[in-house]
Amino acid sequence: MERPDRAAAALGARPRANGCSSAAHGTLRNGYINHIVHNGGLYKRPFNEAFEETPMLVAVLTYVGYGVLTLFGYLRDFMRQWKIEKCQNATEREEQKDFVPLYQDFENFYNRNLYMRIRDSWNRPICSVPGAKVDMMERVSHDYNWTFTYTGRVIKDIINMGSYNYLGFAQNAGTCQEAADKVLSQYGAGVCSTRQEMGNLDKHEELEKLVARFLGVESAMAYGMGFATNSMNIPALVGKGCLILSDELNHASLVLGARLSGATIRIFKHNNMQSLEKLLKDAIVHGQPRTRRPWKKILILVEGIYSMEGSIVRLPEVIALKKKYKSYLYLDEAHSIGALGPSGRGVVEYFGLNPEDVDVMMGTFTKSFGAAGGYIGGKKELIDYLRTSSHSAVYATSMSPPVVEQIITSMKCIMGEDGTTVGKARVQQLAENTRYFRRRLKEMGFIIYGNEDSPVVPLMLYMPAKIGAFGREMLKRNIGVVVVGFPATPIVESRARFCLSAAHTKEMLDTALKEINEVGDLLQLKYSRHRLVPLLDRPFDETTYEETED
Amino acid sequence: MDVKSMKNYLYWLYCQFELITCSYLMEPWEKLLFYTFNITMLVTVLYTAYIFVPVHISMAFQFFLHLFGNQQENTVSVVK
Repeated sequence: MERPDRAAAALGARPRANGCSSAAHGTLRNGYINHIVHNGGLYKRPFNEAFEETPMLVAVLTYVGYGVLTLFGYLRDFMRQWKIEKCQNATEREEQKDFVPLYQDFENFYNRNLYMRIRDSWNRPICSVPGAKVDMMERVSHDYNWTFTYTGRVIKDIINMGSYNYLGFAQNAGTCQEAADKVLSQYGAGVCSTRQEMGNLDKHEELEKLVARFLGVESAMAYGMGFATNSMNIPALVGKGCLILSDELNHASLVLGARLSGATIRIFKHNNMQSLEKLLKDAIVHGQPRTRRPWKKILILVEGIYSMEGSIVRLPEVIALKKKYKSYLYLDEAHSIGALGPSGRGVVEYFGLNPEDVDVMMGTFTKSFGAAGGYIGGKKELIDYLRTSSHSAVYATSMSPPVVEQIITSMKCIMGEDGTTVGKARVQQLAENTRYFRRRLKEMGFIIYGNEDSPVVPLMLYMPAKIGAFGREMLKRNIGVVVVGFPATPIVESRARFCLSAAHTKEMLDTALKEINEVGDLLQLKYSRHRLVPLLDRPFDETTYEETED
Repeated sequence: MDVKSMKNYLYWLYCQFELITCSYLMEPWEKLLFYTFNITMLVTVLYTAYIFVPVHISMAFQFFLHLFGNQQENTVSVVK
């Protein structure tokens, strides 16, 4: 596409403060907030991330839609209160009506009146392995989504664009399945203990050594649940008197872990390095709030790929800042491990950086390895400390052996140690699929958020009725997609999120693209105006979060 | 042929209206209520426009004509 021209032109751009340089003006088209950074050698490849601005008319109409639904929500609540209509949602009992109301806040209002109307797009029961194609049980609702009944029919071979199956290891046949089968007959399914008591199998030791070798770190530890890895280990690493700098759009597990730890939390704007540097400077200069003592530790929490935006963290800049201000970095590679990098080792390899620069490398086995669980990798002292003091290690049941074997086999496949090139082929197929899919969707005229290389593709829908319509229309055409609205995203920025997989062949992607094109025309989703704003050459201040056109 | 594509286009426009105002998500009685309200407001606005707009336009036209006419007389009397 135009990337070589932009990169070439950008190389001649002049540097700004902090080593950043902005692309030359003539290379970008108006209206497209595009960040291409060539940073005096920090970035070895162009970093192409774009978040196109919402068109004004679309924003106004979205608010109109939400306004109408809110009015009808009030009407329905009134009718339920005065018993004109049967109340089918949860309410307090008569005896509890004098206490603090439980269901009057906005979230519950939204749940009763807006979410219920489009609820059939979520929690769809599938009845086969979630590979590139999946079978789904058909269900209907006769009372507008309050209850569902199964018709008994199974919709077969739905193209699965919603599962986190980046490398296609969600299979029920093949080497991984055979290995897991053997381990199941040898060890059984349950462990019946925690890691510290009787649950430390030799399989776990083998897995941890393998993970450490895969990531390029000294040591690693694996846990049974990815969410629990974050929420139970961050409290073990930081406590009161420490500072956590967390990205605006971090996952709930990171937020929960940060809050449980008791440290002070400060938020920096999403992927915005000027905001992060300002917070770091303030923290070092002013210290703790009242006593002015220096912070015991400063921990920066970022993710490799942010799954709702499809953006990739600016890791070279974060590491440069971390070294400059002597703080620590916690990188959550839940979506990026296996999906980025020429050999699938994650975002650190994608940018060509040293894994030893990241203090705590966390990731999950749920997405690219087709299993369940999480890991933390880092220096040996750190992992030894976590083995004794993490809540997950002390209280959580250890991983089930067949799951461990699935991870071991898939990781060896990705590394190429099983003697085939299947792993490498899958990583390359995923990268090709990503580029092809994103390019085609952008050409069709949809607004797509995020980085060019991220396999998570959010397609903006904005209006609440289109959320439900998109999910239903795509299912009618045999394609399963995940649509996301409030509260996972801001209320006016609802989206459909596609997760690409190495298991998708080009024919499947072409079919999917054809149907998305059709549905896009039917529902008028092609909002993109392909307008780009030239990057403004002024220093960052609090009011300039989004580059707007002058 | 043209009638059919016209009808399809109008149906598509109706679908867009349904999606934008979220009446796609409403139950039938809610839709009835919503459309009744909308059509009543629309009819009221159109009826009011039909009655008052020509009167207003002619009054405005007369006002400007009067102003313009006065000016003409004045200039004539000054120049002599």
